[in-house]
Amino acid sequence: MDFNDTPEEATYRAQVRSWLDKNAVRKADAKDLPLPKTLEEVLKQSKAWQAKKADAGYACITWPKEWGGGGGTTIQNVIYGQEESNYAVPGGIFAIGLGMCIPTVMAWGPEDAKKRYVGPAVRGDEIWCQLFSEPAGGSDVAGLRTRAEKDGDEWVINGQKVWTSGAHYSDFGIVLTRTDPNVPKHKGLTMFYIDMKSPGVEVRPIKQMSGGSDFNEVFFTNVRVKDSQRLGNVGDGWKVALTTLMNERLAVGGSQGNADADDLIELARETEIAGEPAIRNGAVRERIANWYVQAQGLKFTRFRTLTALSRGETPGPESSISKIVAANKMQELGSFGMDLQDMGGVIRDRSVSPAEGAYTEQWIGAAGYRIAGGTDEILRNIVAERVLGMPQDVRVDKDLPFNQAPRGK
Amino acid sequence: MNFDFSDDQKMLKEQVRKFLTDKCPYSVPRRILDSDEPYAKEVWKGLVEMGLTGTAIPEAYGGLGLGALELCVIAEELGRAAAPVPFSSSVYLASEAIKLFGTEKQKQTWLPKLAAGEIIGTFAISEGLHAPSAANIKTSFAGGKVNGVKTPVPDGDIADVAVVVVNAGGKVALAIVDLKGAGLSHEVLRTFDPTRSHAEITFKDAPAELMDGQGWEQVSRILDGAAVLFAFEQVGGAEAALEMARDYSLERYAFGRQIGSYQAIKHKLADMYVKKEIAKSNAYFGAMMLNDEGAELPEAAAASRIAGCDAYVFAAQENLQTHGGIGYTWEANTQFHYRRAKLLALTVGAAIQWKEKLVARLEAKNAA
Repeated sequence: MDFNDTPEEATYRAQVRSWLDKNAVRKADAKDLPLPKTLEEVLKQSKAWQAKKADAGYACITWPKEWGGGGGTTIQNVIYGQEESNYAVPGGIFAIGLGMCIPTVMAWGPEDAKKRYVGPAVRGDEIWCQLFSEPAGGSDVAGLRTRAEKDGDEWVINGQKVWTSGAHYSDFGIVLTRTDPNVPKHKGLTMFYIDMKSPGVEVRPIKQMSGGSDFNEVFFTNVRVKDSQRLGNVGDGWKVALTTLMNERLAVGGSQGNADADDLIELARETEIAGEPAIRNGAVRERIANWYVQAQGLKFTRFRTLTALSRGETPGPESSISKIVAANKMQELGSFGMDLQDMGGVIRDRSVSPAEGAYTEQWIGAAGYRIAGGTDEILRNIVAERVLGMPQDVRVDKDLPFNQAPRGK
Repeated sequence: MNFDFSDDQKMLKEQVRKFLTDKCPYSVPRRILDSDEPYAKEVWKGLVEMGLTGTAIPEAYGGLGLGALELCVIAEELGRAAAPVPFSSSVYLASEAIKLFGTEKQKQTWLPKLAAGEIIGTFAISEGLHAPSAANIKTSFAGGKVNGVKTPVPDGDIADVAVVVVNAGGKVALAIVDLKGAGLSHEVLRTFDPTRSHAEITFKDAPAELMDGQGWEQVSRILDGAAVLFAFEQVGGAEAALEMARDYSLERYAFGRQIGSYQAIKHKLADMYVKKEIAKSNAYFGAMMLNDEGAELPEAAAASRIAGCDAYVFAAQENLQTHGGIGYTWEANTQFHYRRAKLLALTVGAAIQWKEKLVARLEAKNAA
């Protein structure tokens, strides 16, 4: 066992590093650089960086070159990600479009659509969003109610989507709609791609509990799309959506800069319990040990996954545990860091709070992270069903026509 | 990145699994539980014949000259089968201790016999109902004689040789005692897991030899290595308990459907899987540090142990719970893991002790 690159991996890593050194600034040297102030600036910088990557073959590394990708392997993609994370570069804006939407267009779209949309998306000229979740369909996405009705050679879409990341700056989106309410829910769905500037599309940001706004509600009022914008057959929307969801990027990144066991040791040295440094307290020590073991467990689970990728094998199902563990740890560790500050823990001010306010921010953020992209409960279902081979829950609406299935208000 | 076992190691694992599936189904620990037999001699004999007792002993001393990684894969399978054999005492503890800290003559005397399975070894550290430490070891060594009482000693009733943690004139040291020699008596202890026997050993002027070097660090190193190997037993045991629970949940119907279709059961089993994977990933790093004698062995061993205890105890108890009433009967196999999980969570020290040890190390590193 070792953590070393294979010779090919080492060569690729060196090549990536030398390219990044020429084209980006290391995080350590970027402290004094001005941060982009407006969304426009963020978009401009992100697009410029994406185009640079595309020219060098580092955008969509695993995609064939004919589609503007890098023609590389999954492990090369991971290596690039590891190296890029050491540099101050814009990121995130294209993840959903390139990770989920464009692969769906490539798998199900007509040839002319692929030719028209894939290239500009890879270069970052156009941004895509994914319009699946609805107020009535979160974990149960197939319970969505947004209608698409045929009208000649066009479809008319009415309804509402929610939790749409990046809708406010996206140029296009893929939207899952109900085209037949008279059949069971999974059978009456159809997927389209749409221009987000179409008349009748209205994007409203959602203000989250944290105060931030990363998501949107998207309203559709008589939005007209051409039948040629359909992805897959009428009624095959669920099958198409599964392609999208399966293309979710392999979660092999590091932790997201949250406070961890090491930070807690420092905080526990500076704070007190019963007049003694908190670090001397057994309850504090036990928690530090538990979180350290969890963090190590997550790190080495990732290493097991990377090993499989490095060998060109399909990783085992072990990575499915990561978000369940990470999100809960993030919440509890944040909460405990606030407890160590005792009454002072109420303060939410990066300039005053320890670790630049990380404990409070992760405590607030984790409440959302435990839900986003699959709740703790759905993820446990997935582990039970796909990894352990246990049966699905009884689904009372499974064989009923959608318009006769029980529903709330 | 090569964070996995090699194909040869996986093949060895497969061989051990096949052997134990054939020769050590649950009827074997059941037989030991129901009788006065201290261990399953035929299973032990089979493991010896496969050469497994000499796995990590150098060829110069009659072993196979393989490493810790091979021991890890064997341990995982022994844990899966809840095998009633003295492998851990003889191999993870006695043989490893002599290999690490024995004098050349001691290695020549004992390792070939341990490798060949001609004798069984053990490690005697505990002195009663408290955690042993550098400050509280009372069993004394002076003038070539050991005096004191060690209890509980795993396999203390059947072992031929023991590495004994002693107080040698105020300093902690390791002594080798021939348990077939003079000045020794033992009493078999009543424990909650009779599939693994334990004894109280009384030393009265028992002839002994000191091993190389002195100090608690040696004891820690032996315990660190064993903790990693036991973590693999725990991972194997947790996996077996999870599979037993899964199989039962698919077979058992309540309220007109498989109980495995209820989220209360699915989520419980998913949690078992999560803990087991966290334990496995930590144990892998422990294996790597043990094999390479890496600087992070103490932290890696502690993390392996903490996660291993958590995963196996949880899996074993929730497996029994998933079975409902039948799981609490003498005839059910759930009890083997319920007992063994708790036994392994105490052998080489409870998790709370290891958490303290871990945080002390992390603190020192953090300050540095």
